[in-house]
Amino acid sequence: MAPRWGLGAVMVLIVAAAAVAGEIPRAERRSGYEFMSRDTRAMQDDDTANPAMLWVLEGEALWKAKAGAAGRACADCHGDARTTMKGVAARHPAFDPARGRPINLEQRIMACRVDRQEAPPLAYESRELLALAAFVALQSRGLPIDVTVEARMQPFVDAGGATFHRRQGQLNLSCSQCHDDHWGRKLAGNVVPQAHPTGYPLYRLEWQGLGSLQRRLRGCLTGIRAAPYEYGVPELVDLELYLMSRAAGMKMDAPAVRP
Amino acid sequence: MAGALINAPERAKRGEIIEIKTLISHPMETGYRRNQSGVRVERDIVRLFVCSYNGTEVFRAELHPAIAANPFIVFSTIATESGALAFQWTGDNGFSVTESHAITVD
Repeated sequence: MAPRWGLGAVMVLIVAAAAVAGEIPRAERRSGYEFMSRDTRAMQDDDTANPAMLWVLEGEALWKAKAGAAGRACADCHGDARTTMKGVAARHPAFDPARGRPINLEQRIMACRVDRQEAPPLAYESRELLALAAFVALQSRGLPIDVTVEARMQPFVDAGGATFHRRQGQLNLSCSQCHDDHWGRKLAGNVVPQAHPTGYPLYRLEWQGLGSLQRRLRGCLTGIRAAPYEYGVPELVDLELYLMSRAAGMKMDAPAVRP
Repeated sequence: MAGALINAPERAKRGEIIEIKTLISHPMETGYRRNQSGVRVERDIVRLFVCSYNGTEVFRAELHPAIAANPFIVFSTIATESGALAFQWTGDNGFSVTESHAITVD
């Protein structure tokens, strides 16, 4: 007689355990910065030692440069980025009514470039696009991540969450198996961080250059031997959105340095 | 697009040891790597960095392929007189960047 409800109770317990293991408590959330060595932290803390600032410098020049058939610079509409772009990176991916779905910061910059400046689009991970994104992201430094999760955004957050928890690739791993369940432990000598996107675009020592969150996500996917999504596809933007909502309230430290 | 960041004091006391930090944008391609079709990628590095203080050379560094991209060079000198610190990076493929930093010594 016991076995029948006993199995049910076990299943409830398993489901409950899975739900608990799947979430990092708010008080235990830590930025990748906190897992870094003292030397790498020092590199990020000093703006003249942080190589990402070279891109920021370039981004500032591009911000003021006229481009495209419209002959307009970013600054002609948006003015001083220090005030107008404050907090913008912390709010992306954000809902774009024209496309009926969320777009990330790079796509927002590109939409402006193509529609308002009437300039040819920049390639993902191109130096110019990363420079502009880094310059815009710098204006959110120290501000809490604040993506809007409202009714029309919810399906996309859920889709991103499903991707985060879905096992994939030849190694049959999900993102959450490393970043929710085993953060703080070592993977090939490196600490597994919690995957909070607080500092993108960031300078990764391994890349010897600046890269976007999507580049990082594609690197992870290759690591679990899954076919990486192409840059800019909805799946990656949804995953970005999920990660940002998961890190809501954490302080931005873009453009960061990571090992 | 080449850019450089300099962090050095704008004012200093005579005889004071000042720290100068420099960061230059450069890929530092070693010349040992091969691309996806097996062809060797040409070396492209910064070969020499020189800092002059009012025309007198105070620091010189030769760079080699093992140095990471965007070389960050920190050194110190003694503040002797007001004037300018001139920085020059030269390298492969005619790479040349100059920067200058004014300093007041009292």
